[in-house]
Amino acid sequence: MFAFIVSRLFQALPVMFTVSLISFAMFAYVGDPVAIMLGQDYTEAQRAALIQDLGLDQPFFVQFFAFLGNAIQGEFGLSYRLARPVSDLILERAPATLELSFTAAFLALAVGVPMGVYTGLYRESWLSRFFLTISLIGVSLPTFLIGILLILFFAVILGILPSFGRGDTVMLGWWSTGFLTTSGLKALILPSITLGLFQMTLIMRLVRAEMLEVLRTDYIKFARARGLSNRAVHFGHALKNTLVPVITITGLQLGAIIAFAIVTETVFQWPGMGLLFIQAVSNADIPIMAAYLMMIALLFVIINLVVDLLYYLVDPRLRGSLSGSAR
Amino acid sequence: MRAVLLAATAAVGVFIAAGAADARTVRWSASGDPNTMDPHSQNLGTVTKVLSQIYEPLIMRDAALALEPGLATAWRQVEPNRWRFELRRGIKFHDGADFNADDVVFSITRALAPTSNYGIFVDTVGQAVKVDDFTVDIVTKVPDPILPSKIASLYMMDKEWSERNNVTAPQNTRAREETFTVRNTNGTGPFRLSVREPDVRTVMVRNDAWWGWADTAKNTSNVTEIIYRPITSDATRVAALLSGEVDFVLDPPLQDLERLKRAPNISVLEGPEIRTIFFAFDMHRDELLYSSVKGKNPFKDLRVRQALYHAIDIEAIRTRVMRGQAIVTGTFFPSQVNGYAKEEDVRLPFNADRARALLAEAGYPQGFEVTLDCPNNRYINDEAICQAVAAMWTRIGVRTNLNAMPLANFFPKIQREDTSLYLLGWGVPTLDALYSFQSLLATRDGAQGNGIWNYGRYSNARMDELVTAMKNELDPARRNAAIREALKMYREDVPHIPMHHQMIPWAVRSNITMPHQPNNQPQFRFVRVN
Amino acid sequence: MDAARTMGPIGRFLDSDIWYSFKRSPLTVGSAVVALSMITAAVLAPLIAPHNPFDLATLNLMDAFNPPAWVEGGNPDFLLGTDDQGRDVLSTIMHGARISLFVGFCSVIFALVLGVTMGLVAGFVGGTTDAVLMRIADIKLTFPAILVALLVDGLVRAALPRELHDRIAIWVVIFAIGISNWVQYARTVRGSTLVEKNKEYVMAARVIGLSSTRIMVSHVLPNVMGPVLVIATLNLGFAILAEATLSFLGVGVPPTQPSLGTLIRIGNDFLFSGEWWITVFPGITLALMVLSVNLLGDWLRDALNPRLR
Repeated sequence: MFAFIVSRLFQALPVMFTVSLISFAMFAYVGDPVAIMLGQDYTEAQRAALIQDLGLDQPFFVQFFAFLGNAIQGEFGLSYRLARPVSDLILERAPATLELSFTAAFLALAVGVPMGVYTGLYRESWLSRFFLTISLIGVSLPTFLIGILLILFFAVILGILPSFGRGDTVMLGWWSTGFLTTSGLKALILPSITLGLFQMTLIMRLVRAEMLEVLRTDYIKFARARGLSNRAVHFGHALKNTLVPVITITGLQLGAIIAFAIVTETVFQWPGMGLLFIQAVSNADIPIMAAYLMMIALLFVIINLVVDLLYYLVDPRLRGSLSGSAR
Repeated sequence: MRAVLLAATAAVGVFIAAGAADARTVRWSASGDPNTMDPHSQNLGTVTKVLSQIYEPLIMRDAALALEPGLATAWRQVEPNRWRFELRRGIKFHDGADFNADDVVFSITRALAPTSNYGIFVDTVGQAVKVDDFTVDIVTKVPDPILPSKIASLYMMDKEWSERNNVTAPQNTRAREETFTVRNTNGTGPFRLSVREPDVRTVMVRNDAWWGWADTAKNTSNVTEIIYRPITSDATRVAALLSGEVDFVLDPPLQDLERLKRAPNISVLEGPEIRTIFFAFDMHRDELLYSSVKGKNPFKDLRVRQALYHAIDIEAIRTRVMRGQAIVTGTFFPSQVNGYAKEEDVRLPFNADRARALLAEAGYPQGFEVTLDCPNNRYINDEAICQAVAAMWTRIGVRTNLNAMPLANFFPKIQREDTSLYLLGWGVPTLDALYSFQSLLATRDGAQGNGIWNYGRYSNARMDELVTAMKNELDPARRNAAIREALKMYREDVPHIPMHHQMIPWAVRSNITMPHQPNNQPQFRFVRVN
Repeated sequence: MDAARTMGPIGRFLDSDIWYSFKRSPLTVGSAVVALSMITAAVLAPLIAPHNPFDLATLNLMDAFNPPAWVEGGNPDFLLGTDDQGRDVLSTIMHGARISLFVGFCSVIFALVLGVTMGLVAGFVGGTTDAVLMRIADIKLTFPAILVALLVDGLVRAALPRELHDRIAIWVVIFAIGISNWVQYARTVRGSTLVEKNKEYVMAARVIGLSSTRIMVSHVLPNVMGPVLVIATLNLGFAILAEATLSFLGVGVPPTQPSLGTLIRIGNDFLFSGEWWITVFPGITLALMVLSVNLLGDWLRDALNPRLR
């Protein structure tokens, strides 16, 4: 068990190194932060001093290893734009992104699973076809357009839901939550629908496919032969068997949701990490971009590890070998 | 958990109760958030639009941008190199400390620090000297006739507060720690900062102790609270205004103005900004970097510059690209700026045939190819202007490749002089012509401010003489004559192709009255919520 | 099967279960018609588009913001209206669809070739090679495409000068989207290969001395093409959307070659102002394109999976 974790962690190291190198390398292109920091009026001497201050006159690899050394200690320096420690900024924004992502994932599960079960059980009904078609339209439109259309309809035309921001938040220690206020909850609705729609479709289709597979197994046939009610067969046996892959996939998709939050947060001015990242890109705010990309990479490595461990615990066959594919 | 919930409910309850009281809140939005609260760090409109509610300069500008007494009640040039300021008495900072001459000397010294971004406003200042508790002298290195209009952009801080919080110099980006002034303020102004969450919200509440409230005829505001929340996406910002979530949008997109005007409870305040959009040429290199012409620089030929000028259908740009929100111009600053001359504000007319003839005369009957560098997120519809002009130039034979990019890429590129042709917008915070001539057209010789934005390297000995005269000439008539001659040279020599002065419409809920201000800095001391 | 083999490929196809199930589903036939006509219009865009929106010399700013021809104020020259620069919306859509489809097809082919190769090698060679390849696939699978694309795009921009980058930007997008989608193919192919590998005919081929490559290509590959085709079709829709999203974030194809995604992003600015046609028509086109491709993919999956019939 311990050896398994250690070996997985060692496999994660080159991933993290690559991501840090790539995320650092992109800085060369995003533009020169000096111009933005200096504003309209400055002298050449001020400009040269600033370049030196930021270490931008150093060779690439000197800059990179300085950055890496600090990053390992969780030290990403000050944001060029906001002049505040990057770690503080990311901690401040993380709750917004995480609350949005979890709500979206919850929404995707809560709507996707029943729809998947229904469409799996009643393949030929018109409602099933309707669900399938509607969900396809949902994934055929780009996320940003769905967001804008939702704003147009629910905020501008109907005026019942907010078009931007998180509403009022309450601080629980350092964690700011929008779950405890009415305006906070209302503000969550449109962004989480926008963000969760794609995953919802994915889950619905997955559940449907799994249901179809399970329903034709001997195990279900046997259950029916025993005279169990449809209800007991469908929910007690069939659904239970489909849930394991569904939960696994949802877990893996959580990373994708957090990454896709970049788009949703931009449309809804949601003050999370994705918005921070996109604003950093347009201002060439290198420290924030680096920290964000590395943090997301770390998150994926962790999610991957957890999923691996779950498989390891669930599937005894894997305990013999450490190297083979876990899935 | 239960306790937390109860506490949270209580907090919400308080919030609602406060909202129901006789609060007059203005919820304000624009695309960009101030990136600091330090008054001498970033000379950017996004910063000063918030700080100007909190901090005050010695000399203020009224709704029409005319100078008026601020923290100084009177000022005069006692000697050619010495301006004397009489300070207002009985002023208190938001933390209760008294304002006096030490604070003025401290603030001016702070603005002179290497990490300050406000050097241009104190470029002639040698030092500030305390005469007595309420009199300060500013000693200049050379006679400076326009010092007051520069001092009007310089905010006053409290010396003791700054020393206590270790912020005697503007923030330094190299520091590993956050500077206190990045999120904290202590001004003397009509509003004080109560909440600062960068990129999320900035809340300011009324400072009832402000000296200016005594003048009820002038400072008519009844606003008790300002909530500023940035919304980057144009569509979302307009949606928030239409749905009633914000009351005031500083920068509504031009294309949405008609829709906003039709909305029953929204009014659009229109007015010009002191910012001019123009195209500039590389007039220095012997061969352009990005052009099909080899061995010579076509932009050194006046006829080519005139040809490109004649090719521009400015009316189409004004009506289609700018939706009427632009004031077409033949010069590079608007009439509010000291030195403006209507006779020199004349464009070369749109005439594509004349343009082709001039090109042929200059030796380019088949035209040539060139690359235009353009920002796409800096000025109003900047990329669309460039696209339209590129098409117009292509039509007379100057095949124009458009290279549009975000300001983070654009400014470094032109600052490396890695450009043949670029679009720029120029604002004039001092409201004096010198600022434009010095930065944009003077030969870059290393002196403070000379040619620092002259990336086409225009260089003309007579122009340099005129800029020097504008700097040092104390006689207003002779100084204005120098400006006038420089303007004439600008019109005839075509170092730029001027386009228009930007209009900056503001959109507000109809129950709010406020004056529109050409520097794009709303003053909430004039704002009423009905 | 033997009877079918004598009928020639077309006859065999027309006689097949697939063609039968295709004919029976009007939704599928409709999708195929929509998809085919879009592909045709996109491919032939330079020939059949009413205007050339990228020829600056023919643009007239005074034509900007014309509504569609049937709306009051519309100009019959511009059937779907014009955008903010006076470009014909119908023509920009045809050219945009061309770029979107090009990116979509190329990235799918790239992912397919890479994934199938990896899967074949992993399944056939086995051992450490298999373990390493599948481990890479595991790690890759958890990284969302959008992040991979941002990283790849960033790396390329860092490595190449800007002028060069603009010229190859479209290939960068194709690579970025392709590299994030190969895992599904690899897993599917590996699974099938493992099954096929131990079948008697492969054994026999080995015994008579055929090379591994030959066996893989001529014996194993045809047996796994069904599922691969399904994945490819479904991925095509995804790839087109991914390109649109990247363009929305500003890291997609350059605006000088606007794809449908870029057109929608530009048109977004005019959504509230009444010039809805600038964004609505590219939006509808994109949605229809992805929808028809997805419906086809769905049908193909069901048709090729006999257990679901």
